[in-house]
Amino acid sequence: MAAQTPVPGTATGLTEGEIRVFEDASAPRRTDAERIAEIPTKRPFRFGKWFAATGWRHAVGIVVVVFSLFPIVFVVSSSLNPNGTLMGSNALFSQLGLDAYARILNDPQVPFLTWFGNTLLIAGVTAVCTVFLGALAAYSFSRMRFAGRRFGLISIVVIQMFPQLLAVVAIFLLMSSIGDLFPAIGLNTHLGLIMVYLGGALGVNTYLMYGFFNTVPASIDEAAKIDGAGHARIFFTIILRLVAPILAVVALLSFISTVNEFVVASVLLVDTEQQTLAVGLTKLVSNPRYADWSAFSAGAVMAALPVMALFLFLQKYIVGGLTAGAVK
Amino acid sequence: MSIQTDEPVRLAGEPAPPPPTPKQRRAARIADEASGGLLAVVLKLVLLGVVDAIAVYGVLVLATHEQWLVTGVVVAVTALVNWIYFSRKRLPAKYLTPGVIFLVVFQVFVLVYTFYIGLTNYGTGHNGSKEQAVSSLMASSLERVEDSPTYPVTVVDRAGELGLLVTNPETGDAYVGTSEQPLEQVDADFDGDRAVAVEGWTSLQFADVLNRTEEITALAVPYSENPNDGAIQTPDGQSGYRYVSTLEYDEAAGTMTDTSTGVVYSDTGVGAFTAEDGSQLLPGWQIVVGFDNFVRAVTDERLAGPLVYVTLWTFAFAILSVATTFFLGLFLAIVFNDLRMRGRKIYRVLMILPYAIPSFLSALVWAGMFNRSFGFFNQVLFGGAEIPWLTDPVLAKVAILIVNLWLGFPYMFLVCTGALQSIPDELQEAARVDGARPWAIFRHIKLPLLLVSVAPLLISSFAFNFNNFNIIYMLTNGGPRDSDAPIPVGHTDILISMVYKVAFTGQTRDYGLASAYSIIIFVVVAIIAILAFRRTKSLEELN
Repeated sequence: MAAQTPVPGTATGLTEGEIRVFEDASAPRRTDAERIAEIPTKRPFRFGKWFAATGWRHAVGIVVVVFSLFPIVFVVSSSLNPNGTLMGSNALFSQLGLDAYARILNDPQVPFLTWFGNTLLIAGVTAVCTVFLGALAAYSFSRMRFAGRRFGLISIVVIQMFPQLLAVVAIFLLMSSIGDLFPAIGLNTHLGLIMVYLGGALGVNTYLMYGFFNTVPASIDEAAKIDGAGHARIFFTIILRLVAPILAVVALLSFISTVNEFVVASVLLVDTEQQTLAVGLTKLVSNPRYADWSAFSAGAVMAALPVMALFLFLQKYIVGGLTAGAVK
Repeated sequence: MSIQTDEPVRLAGEPAPPPPTPKQRRAARIADEASGGLLAVVLKLVLLGVVDAIAVYGVLVLATHEQWLVTGVVVAVTALVNWIYFSRKRLPAKYLTPGVIFLVVFQVFVLVYTFYIGLTNYGTGHNGSKEQAVSSLMASSLERVEDSPTYPVTVVDRAGELGLLVTNPETGDAYVGTSEQPLEQVDADFDGDRAVAVEGWTSLQFADVLNRTEEITALAVPYSENPNDGAIQTPDGQSGYRYVSTLEYDEAAGTMTDTSTGVVYSDTGVGAFTAEDGSQLLPGWQIVVGFDNFVRAVTDERLAGPLVYVTLWTFAFAILSVATTFFLGLFLAIVFNDLRMRGRKIYRVLMILPYAIPSFLSALVWAGMFNRSFGFFNQVLFGGAEIPWLTDPVLAKVAILIVNLWLGFPYMFLVCTGALQSIPDELQEAARVDGARPWAIFRHIKLPLLLVSVAPLLISSFAFNFNNFNIIYMLTNGGPRDSDAPIPVGHTDILISMVYKVAFTGQTRDYGLASAYSIIIFVVVAIIAILAFRRTKSLEELN
């Protein structure tokens, strides 16, 4: 059946068989009914050809999906395993139950819900403030011309190359001396940690937002100004609404990276009750005496769900933001 | 709130508008005030009031602790903020100030401070001033005076801080003091010969004393301002005794003498009292040691070895991570960039799931699966073999790269898919018409175009992985530990995890050395940054 091969040069994908039918002009005219009967109702399926065109892609896809899903399946399975060890988790889905979830939530030694609340609070406040500070700065860089503007933009691009965790020792010493005088914002406080995170707010996000602000036409500002709006009103009621997608992206990226942040949080938050999920869960499993792998898995599943849901929900926007320079 | 008529909105390339006339300026101001509204003005005043109130409180606290430099900075910044927000001009500053304050304190200042710490001996045994070192040395070498009278004491508490209410058995006077504050005479209520209560302090009941026994027995209240006078300690919360240090501090000569052995320790400029035979009294104090930490890191054989292999592995890890994730991501992007294929969306969502999970959790789960005795790989896939995935220097590196490939390929897949789809189809068709084969089309047309848009992301991905602390720490904790090194460093440590471990784990914390290592990372990152900006020319596009 060579007749099924697409013929090069026929953009519509005529097959050789069809061309031969058209070339056969000398053949006696047939009725429409005869012709219809001749057209094969279904192309015969040929595995080799299908595999060469798209089938191998599915094979690759399945291999990759197995690779990427496997750890996720493993952790979900062990979280559903009622009796706890790492060894017992290897037989996937051999037992099902929610006991491990109950254990991690009720264990007095492991304040999982407190960690969860701390994480949401710290990451949430950091995300909102980061977006606000970044948007303010991006607005001024995008809409105003002033001395030092180029220098400011370049500084921000350069500073963002040096992540805060490089200075973790200095941050720790700074916060501990602040804490000696002002216990409310020193070591072991959420407020102090959030303030440290806000130090990175301009560096990472302003440039991303600046680019997006530039895509909003300046004529909108001018029209508003002619109508008598001041700069603050233009910013808060017009510009911020127009750039909402980038605000969502920056908030989400900031949220995710704060949830993931371990170094500074582990150094600043001393008490177990004050810690975030990243610090608490890491210390939990690194403790050799802690053998309840299922409870940890249950905690991991619960901790991952909100971030995963947010990520998949806003996937479309994030991908745009990612290609603009953010890295996980 | 004013319209900045001298700083108008203008796109690049437009000619500068003529300067506004005074009339226009006045009109603009009136319009602005009309638009702002009362609410906005009130809000602004309230916010500034809150900021100023906090600043005043901060200044008061700082001044009582005699932190004059910091006080000055706070006053200056507060004045500047008020000036900016009450001024009619300074519009850009109004938008930049909040972020810049945080940026300067918690990003720029801490980087500079890191440099300073790198030049000091700050760390365990060297984390305070000389006075603090003296008092803590005296306190740690206290011995009970043999013929000490018995002082009736009452343990008192003020806002969580313990103190001792001491009665002098000879005079009957009452004194109160804490571990920080030497005894001071006070008016107290007496129960017989014993002072039992004093204003401003809560006396501890017997049950409280039992609960806080450890704290109480460790409490030493200095007898007077002179450290050589010793301290009062109580073993039972009822009766106190005078303790005197076996060390004697001679302030004029700056020496410590051990009265039991007669050895004289003097300040030789190394940040600790040092005897002639080189033995030191610790804790010492913090001094600037110049480039000692750097010299030590490079020339001390036991430190130089780890520094070399950690640096090499950091580069290898970052380069290999970028390479493996990029090639897998690119390959998958090509594979799934075929419109004939069905179910691409499903594959796509399933493949990017690893990227949606917080990476610290993924690394911890992988660490469990790689566990030597109980992990899934050894138990199920390798039939019970005890492969030391995370404890063998080479296999641990392989494991880290596998996990980082898992974590990172979805990002590269997304990025490459986007870049591939943005390449116009016409180019491909033109090449095909000219007779180019698919590989040639990819190699000579698609790949170069793709690299143009992806190269900056590869560089930032490299910079990110260069400091990818989480995966190393969660997966192997830098292990297996290098037992020859005097610092807690392992074979899979990268520079940033070494900084963390030197500074915050192990018996001795060496902030100075850790900061010196941080500075090495700065230098490397700075070089990368310069190369990156040279190549991408992104800075030149700023206007």
